[in-house]
Amino acid sequence: MSNEDMSEENLPSEREHAHHGAVEPVGDPFADPGLPPHEPRRQDIDERTARRSERTVALLFTLSMIATVGFIASYVIFPIDKIVYIFPFGHVSALNFALGLTLGVALFAIGAGAVHWARTLMSDEEVPDDRHAIEASPEVREQVFADFRQGVKESQYGRRKLIRTTMMGALSLVPLSGVVLLRDLGPLPEKKLRTTAWRKGMKLINQNTDQPLRPEDIGVGSLTFAKPEGLSDDAENFQTVIAKAALMIVRLNPEDIKDKRELDWSHQGIVAYSKICTHVGCPISLYEQQTHHVLCPCHQSTFDLSDGGRVIFGPAGHALPQLRISVNAQGYLEALGDFEEPVGPSFWERG
Amino acid sequence: MSTASHEATDATARRGKAPAGERLADWADGRLGIYGLAKANMRKIFPDHWSFMLGEVSLYSFVIIILTGVYLTLFFHPSMQEVVYNGPYVPLQGIRMSEAFESTMHISFEVRGGLLIRQIHHWAALVFVAAMLVHMMRVFFTGAFRKPREVNWVFGFLLLVLGMFTGFTGYSLPDDLLSGTGVRFMEGAILSVPIVGTYLQMFLFGGEFPGHDFVSRFYTIHILLLPGIMAALLVGHLILVFYHKHTQWAGPGRTNKNVVGMPLLPVYMAKAGGFFFLVFGVIAACAAIATINPIWAFGPYRPDQVSTGAQPDWYMGFSEGLIRVMPGWEINLWGHTLQLGVFIPLIIFPLVLVTIAVWPFIEAWVTGDDREHHILDRPRNRPVRTGFGAAWISWYLILLVGGGNDLWATHFHLSINAITWTVRIGFFAIPALTFVITKRICLGLQRRDRDKVLHGRETGIIKRLPHGEFIEVHEPLPQDQMHTLTAHDQPEPLELGPDVDENGVRRKVDRKTKLRAKLSRSMYGEGAQIPKPTAAEHAEITSGHGHH
Repeated sequence: MSNEDMSEENLPSEREHAHHGAVEPVGDPFADPGLPPHEPRRQDIDERTARRSERTVALLFTLSMIATVGFIASYVIFPIDKIVYIFPFGHVSALNFALGLTLGVALFAIGAGAVHWARTLMSDEEVPDDRHAIEASPEVREQVFADFRQGVKESQYGRRKLIRTTMMGALSLVPLSGVVLLRDLGPLPEKKLRTTAWRKGMKLINQNTDQPLRPEDIGVGSLTFAKPEGLSDDAENFQTVIAKAALMIVRLNPEDIKDKRELDWSHQGIVAYSKICTHVGCPISLYEQQTHHVLCPCHQSTFDLSDGGRVIFGPAGHALPQLRISVNAQGYLEALGDFEEPVGPSFWERG
Repeated sequence: MSTASHEATDATARRGKAPAGERLADWADGRLGIYGLAKANMRKIFPDHWSFMLGEVSLYSFVIIILTGVYLTLFFHPSMQEVVYNGPYVPLQGIRMSEAFESTMHISFEVRGGLLIRQIHHWAALVFVAAMLVHMMRVFFTGAFRKPREVNWVFGFLLLVLGMFTGFTGYSLPDDLLSGTGVRFMEGAILSVPIVGTYLQMFLFGGEFPGHDFVSRFYTIHILLLPGIMAALLVGHLILVFYHKHTQWAGPGRTNKNVVGMPLLPVYMAKAGGFFFLVFGVIAACAAIATINPIWAFGPYRPDQVSTGAQPDWYMGFSEGLIRVMPGWEINLWGHTLQLGVFIPLIIFPLVLVTIAVWPFIEAWVTGDDREHHILDRPRNRPVRTGFGAAWISWYLILLVGGGNDLWATHFHLSINAITWTVRIGFFAIPALTFVITKRICLGLQRRDRDKVLHGRETGIIKRLPHGEFIEVHEPLPQDQMHTLTAHDQPEPLELGPDVDENGVRRKVDRKTKLRAKLSRSMYGEGAQIPKPTAAEHAEITSGHGHH
């Protein structure tokens, strides 16, 4: 294709009939000039360039084969527990690293080869194709409606009111069986969310040592987590019980306690609060000993343990429930009953 | 018919046996009628543009997720039975955990390649949702959702929402400390639902949280229910793409009545087929070098333990933002509690998604346009739509910031209270601001297009005139560019007409029509689009007056 040919094709007069395009009024400077002529790539006119592309594609496909062999070899060679240092990734599993990269290369090279093949060797001539309206022609539409009316008429659906009514009734009732079957997905809520495992006289067990807590175990500024006496870590329902019963214990100076009821429910400045956030139930774990604030790490609700567990920041809606504690005859901390109010997130029946 | 096929058989008989491939195809055609399908589709034309591959990324990552997911089911035990860990990972030896967690540890540390497949599965899930969202934005900003593609927009939207929940149920399965915290958050959110909240919670978890059921229930939802629905939607989505034929950009020779591009066989077979391998290869390499969801570092879930900096997978981040920045409003009345601090975010969560999903229908109603649209809009030519889309993105992003408020605070040494308050205000202010700014940028770009068409392209050549003035020489645009820049429609705003009719009687205009006219004015009225150059303007400027 010589340059002269190209320029000839570019002339508007040539384009008029040679290419597709909307017909616009003559003289419109914005008229659609139609599809531009196809410009050949080097591969289209130079066989040597095309051969080079062919070799590149073949090289990529070969690389993929090698990588697959490498994948199988890695699977066999590397022990699963071998950790190696690879810059800049640090200490990584040799097996995972080798399998992932060989698989990645095996796949990527196939893709790269196919795309290179498509871009350099397959025809890149753009061709137009007609679109057809999605909606049907008026005749077809008429036909469909007529057929439908005919079908309905033949069924006598409109005339036989009794059949229609009872069928509707049957069809709307039958899914109820399915709904009823869902009833046993779980128990009814009843008062389950109102109570925890804490009872009067239950000792407070340190979760770290599994030993009952004495007041002298708890220093000012420390945060201790406790569970109810008799709750073993391997109990069947441990998770469900601890999800409500988890307790946070801190010792404050009694004169720092601003809330009178809190002081009454404490023992020598030792206060026990529910660990379960009243927002959506995360365990509150961060204690700031200078301010006596606890912070829930999930959504940053902040409670003041020296002021009745009041919310001072964040999305929680009400104060942390406090557990009333005392010391029994043997000198161990014990609960004086269950929490007075439900622990954890609010719910409709909470009140 | 039968004579025709007889003749065909005779013809093959005369020529000798056809090649095996042809005979197989004939066999299949005789039973499935595949030649009809192939005739319509084998050389189907697809237009080319980089943005059209975003949907492909979603499709391919979905396929990767299915492939790796099937592998994972061979080893995973969806059970909350408690066991004591005795595997090779020393730090967790002797620790109590659910079988779900233990089997995930087994996949990660004892099955060769198990960790790789787990990480490919998780990476592909992140890419899947991200690609769907970006693909949806492409469709939104170019107006590709317009008639006849509204149904496909809805299919795509449902795929996005289902993809998010499939992801959520999936990353909850290992029953690790991080995902368990996410499940607890969901439980708290369900409890906040008025009247039925506690019932929903009990029925979903089979009792009080966490119980022994949610892993096996989530498992069924994650591997069967949601993917099944998604596979059906996906097939529908693709059938519609083929049936409608792909949209294309305006350009010379491209009209609303044709589609210009290259044929499926061979070009797109190779390009799209190859692209699957590219996506898979990149995700496999990610899984090789970047650890994702290291459950061994989190440990098994216990409802009384938590780690700091807990974050959901990114696509759930905006819901996390909603729950974090909402003030803790709680109403106690007549013995009942309404926890608005959680319930309002729970309501806004779907609304954020629905807001963008309903736009095509609002736009269609306001515009009252019943034509088919196959030519894409340039975002600048629809400033209100583009502004709305950008505002939505900014809304989404500000919520993502809120979802990571603790990370922002620790990484940039900022006050968490200040960040939370910024997000609270930004929730309302930033989308409005983004809308205004984006709309202005669009209008500016429209003005530039107009100038380019009327005055030509700046050549960078400075010319000195005889009287000393310097001007820059402008070169007229070639016709194909002028056509491309002026090919878009500029709808007229809806007019209500005079208040009184010809008899002097007040016309009744209902409120809906008034609203429609108002919205129409804001979308297409004065100040919402720059009139595109007309042939007359062009003629006047280019005829004889010389330079400009």
